[in-house]
Amino acid sequence: MSAPASLSDPVFPPLRINPELVRGILVGFIRNEVRKVGFERVVLGLSGGVDSSLVATLAAQALGPKNVVAFIMPYRTSDPKSKTDAFQVVQQLGIHHLEIDISPQIDAYFEHFPDADQKRRGNKMARERMTILYDQSWAWRALVIGTSNKTELLLGYGTIYGDMASAINPIGDLYKTQVWQLADAVGVPTSIVQKAPSADLWAGQSDETELGYQYRMIDQLLFYLVERRYSVEELKRLGFDEAFIEEIIRRVRENQYKRRLPVIAKLSSRTIDRDFRYPRDWGH
Amino acid sequence: MSRDGRLAVGLAQIEPALGDRDRNVERHRQWVRQAGEAGVELLVFPELSLTGYFLKDLVAESAIPLEGAIMDELRGLSRDLDIVLGAVVEEPVHRYFNASLYFSQGELVHVHRKVYLPTYGMFDERRYFAPGDRFRSFKTGFGRAGMLVCEDIWHLSSAYILSLEGVDMIICPSSSPGRGITTDERLGTAESYRLLCRTYAQFLTSFFLYCNRVGFEDGANFWGGSMVIGPNGDILAQQEDAQEALVLANIDLGEVRRERLANPLLRDERIELTISELRRVWHERTRKPF
Repeated sequence: MSAPASLSDPVFPPLRINPELVRGILVGFIRNEVRKVGFERVVLGLSGGVDSSLVATLAAQALGPKNVVAFIMPYRTSDPKSKTDAFQVVQQLGIHHLEIDISPQIDAYFEHFPDADQKRRGNKMARERMTILYDQSWAWRALVIGTSNKTELLLGYGTIYGDMASAINPIGDLYKTQVWQLADAVGVPTSIVQKAPSADLWAGQSDETELGYQYRMIDQLLFYLVERRYSVEELKRLGFDEAFIEEIIRRVRENQYKRRLPVIAKLSSRTIDRDFRYPRDWGH
Repeated sequence: MSRDGRLAVGLAQIEPALGDRDRNVERHRQWVRQAGEAGVELLVFPELSLTGYFLKDLVAESAIPLEGAIMDELRGLSRDLDIVLGAVVEEPVHRYFNASLYFSQGELVHVHRKVYLPTYGMFDERRYFAPGDRFRSFKTGFGRAGMLVCEDIWHLSSAYILSLEGVDMIICPSSSPGRGITTDERLGTAESYRLLCRTYAQFLTSFFLYCNRVGFEDGANFWGGSMVIGPNGDILAQQEDAQEALVLANIDLGEVRRERLANPLLRDERIELTISELRRVWHERTRKPF
């Protein structure tokens, strides 16, 4: 038990959203940020999970289904159900898709390192998929659209320069429980919205088992911690378990590096991103 | 003012290109032409309409001096209708201001330099801009007006001072990024501005013209929602969504007199009491030893 019963509603009220309002903003965001830099298309990795299914749906609505290219990139230990779910989304949206089995390239690499642990292998797979997406973005003249949600980004539950890499990310400011609400509202198949979240490095893997807590609990705590800036004492008074609070705060702090550009040793008077500050949308 | 006391107002709810002043000047020219064809007599553009909002280090290179070729070009846009637009203004001593400029009949009539520069959360204005140091009203062909830029209206005293100067209308160009998602039909920011603008109009018995921009910059959305509000607080025209639009309202300036007869709030305002109480508060604050 990590949070009091009163905070255990299926959707914690402060994190409830008006899906139509949010959908409108995100569709506008994709259309605007893609087109103004001279692109029409996006590519994304479609895992069959709720995050990438939602992003594919929003992108199809923003740019038209023919301007969305989904890459389904299973490894031989991926759950076959993930691929089935991904194909269901492809069919429902009418978007382009290509399937690339990443097993040969992953296995070829790890022949040199047969003792590599599960984490190394998982990170390598995430980065392999990223290199495929960036290569394909050139081939398709498309931007890579990201699928990391705010909960993952805050917890660092993702691979730096792997699944965390993208050109634009429409859902990076939505907590996982908000992703579920929006996905449900825009018509992502219910079986995908309701299935247990998984990085799917092997069949049966579960985010919530690895993180040690349920997303709806984590999101409640993150809401008070990040959005409302409650102190640890105030969080404890709300009824959150101290070990839970400390674990989440530790994760947010220790993964800060993943959310930033590499640290540059300062020498000049105008160092990139420190005192050389230009908007990304410079001139657009 | 037109003979029948009416004024055709236009709010140009546009999406400026970030850091591309030449392209924006050209867009202004097109919107002025369109507004002119629609019979608009006063056209308001958003905050920093000539440059875009999140300029960061582009502030200096986006700036214009109050005299020179670009200013001549802008003045020329106002030959047939009055125009309010937003620009980075550079003073000869190289201070940069987030300013709103009022042009009429080919002349620059008034400049308001934004006083309250938000520097918190997602905002960083004080890093790049110098703050203005005054709230002054000015005479137009349509009565007395005052301008406040975006964050200026989050300080009650700004609009209060303009009101005591006797304005008939407050013009508020804005670049407000939308945020705050709940189950409400509007973003938190949209809800707040609606409340603020209507409150000012009704409390100060003045017209209130709010022009917000649309589009995206570095992922931030600008929510539009530009509105014309009458001196009784009623919204006379509004573009609720975040699309580019020319918001039109044909307002009856006689409503100011009628509203002030019905609600003589300004007649009863006690300036001397306000000043003496403010002086007392200031005195008590400043004489504290630490």
